[in-house]
Amino acid sequence: MKRTIINKKEEVRDVPIIQVENLSKIFGKNAKKATKYLDEGLSKDDILEKTGNTVGVNRASFDVEEGEIFVIMGLSGSGKSTLVRLINRLIEPTEGSVYIDGQDLAKMDSKDLREVRRQKLSMVFQRFGLFPHRTVLENAEFGLEVQGIDKNERKEKAKKSLEMVGLGGYIHQFPGQLSGGMQQRVGLARALANDPEVLLMDEAFSALDPLIRKEMQDELLELQESMKKTILFITHDLDEALRIGDRIALMKDGRIVQIGTPEEILVNPANDYVEKFVEDVDRSKVLTAENIMKRPETVDIQKHGPRTALERMRKEGLSSIYVTDAKRNLHGYVTADDVSHAVKQDADNLKGILRTDVPRVEPQTPMQEIFDIIHDSPVPVAVIEEGKLKGVIVRGAVLAALAGSEVNLNGFDS
Amino acid sequence: MGLIPKLPVAEWIDTATEWTTDTFEFLFDFIKEDFGDFIEIVAEDWLMGIPIWLFIIVVGVLAFFVSGKKLGLTAFAVIGLWFIANQELWEELMNTFTLVIFASLISVIIGVPFGIWMAKSKMAEKILTPVLDFMQTMPAFVYLIPAVAFFSIGMVPGVFASVIFATPPTVRFTNLGIRQVSHELIEASDAFGTTGAQKLFKVQLPMAKKTIMAGINQTVMLALSMVVIASMIGAKGLGQTVITGLQRAEVGTGFVAGLGIVILAIIIDRFTQNLNTQRGD
Repeated sequence: MKRTIINKKEEVRDVPIIQVENLSKIFGKNAKKATKYLDEGLSKDDILEKTGNTVGVNRASFDVEEGEIFVIMGLSGSGKSTLVRLINRLIEPTEGSVYIDGQDLAKMDSKDLREVRRQKLSMVFQRFGLFPHRTVLENAEFGLEVQGIDKNERKEKAKKSLEMVGLGGYIHQFPGQLSGGMQQRVGLARALANDPEVLLMDEAFSALDPLIRKEMQDELLELQESMKKTILFITHDLDEALRIGDRIALMKDGRIVQIGTPEEILVNPANDYVEKFVEDVDRSKVLTAENIMKRPETVDIQKHGPRTALERMRKEGLSSIYVTDAKRNLHGYVTADDVSHAVKQDADNLKGILRTDVPRVEPQTPMQEIFDIIHDSPVPVAVIEEGKLKGVIVRGAVLAALAGSEVNLNGFDS
Repeated sequence: MGLIPKLPVAEWIDTATEWTTDTFEFLFDFIKEDFGDFIEIVAEDWLMGIPIWLFIIVVGVLAFFVSGKKLGLTAFAVIGLWFIANQELWEELMNTFTLVIFASLISVIIGVPFGIWMAKSKMAEKILTPVLDFMQTMPAFVYLIPAVAFFSIGMVPGVFASVIFATPPTVRFTNLGIRQVSHELIEASDAFGTTGAQKLFKVQLPMAKKTIMAGINQTVMLALSMVVIASMIGAKGLGQTVITGLQRAEVGTGFVAGLGIVILAIIIDRFTQNLNTQRGD
């Protein structure tokens, strides 16, 4: 594969920031020998039986784009923690390559590797990994201290980083004096103080209780708005993965079984394993209006009069219909009662009976928020993008989506 | 049994000792002369040069602050030292103190690096563990023999034998302390790109400090327990008084000197334990 190597920041990046190719880790003696069984497609269990070696990661390949939150998700023993440690080489890969900015980490000598770890990769740990003998500030400046940066400068940077995570007032405390959530903020501040290109977060929120976990997820997303870091996030919690991931890689037995956006994974599970996994997910948090909307029945305000409207409603069995113009700009809706009345009075257009109190959502509105709107609404909810009617959502579609069927992934052609 | 004649192991060791004595004579002589002089200066010029009342007050004040402003240790130290002075054993006490200080210092200087080496290398651990076991189980009297061969009699061979006997806890506890540092903290250190030395000095040693200090406390106590044995080869101090008591069958003399050792032991023990606090606890 041809590759452009880029070291200088000002150049335009034309390779993904992280590229992982055929990365494998086999634990135990004679690991190299066992890799040929991987190529033959033997399973983790078969290889364990044959050679006594444990497969940690099995030929993983993926790219992570700059500024993306890429989640690696799997149950314990799936190899996700091993995979993240292969990326900064806390664990030596048995085979394969990890390119950071186009440089192969797996082939670096220890000095270059150290530089990459100092400049480009920072890690946040599940059990926080804070140094108990150092204050919060001293923890946050650790990465900079290791680089030999001047004392005042590094204290300044560490303080800024701590303020960013809301710990500006705790800099002289020791980690043992802080709650779990606050300790992990220190962990995050320590990782950010280096201003790395990539954040590796290994089950960073898994040790926190659910409320704090959610709070931290929100904060991470908020920080990400302004930081635009590349984040590789490891988790065993599918809800967490769906919440924060731009893309998700699902792992099983050391293998990546599917990579996709949260929607793709929910809607098109690659196999039974993924399907089982996503079965219990609260779909209302992930699916959006776009996924459950239907093609709207409309009448054209310029062309159509009450008779056409009534005819269409009768044919489709509707009690109301949306009114647009030729460019699909939404004007409002009319109800069956009003239309029959207008027909009796021989009205020749719909303007007199047009109602404009349209319940409206955007294509990206999560389903959760649609519940309330649709509950109070006598008419189907309109999905509107830049003033144009994209589709409608009826109550039945919401229920069907929750039940896990009848979902359209990319909207429909309209 | 008759098939194999008695192996001349004792002769081999004698030969080895003689060879060592001859080969390193210049080094042993240098240590014996110059180091011996230095010990004498510390004991007789420096420590004994301090007026007894001043010494007791200084120790009392230190005890007060070291123990966190509690009066117990302070009172014990002041009364204990006054008692020893009252029994006219002050010079002996200073000699013993000097012996313990030197033996402990040398043990720590040797022990900590070996402990670090042991923690960093599996091979080193495999080699050092049986050596340490040997050093600790071999009766301490045995060390007196080569000590005399190398350094004749006096303080220097006393320190030498004490060091061999007292070093193992420092090595073991340093090793243990470093190995106890949690895996995640080592990963955290590595992930931020520390060099081996940075990891050692910024993470491993500070985190192992408490355990290492516990080992050093053990080392000091063992060095103190060698005082009587070392006095058999001419090391001056309270031990000599105990031996005198034994030779003359004077229970009282021996007991009072023994009491002096106990008082010194308790003071040193409480001092080192109280100094063993860690940031962030």
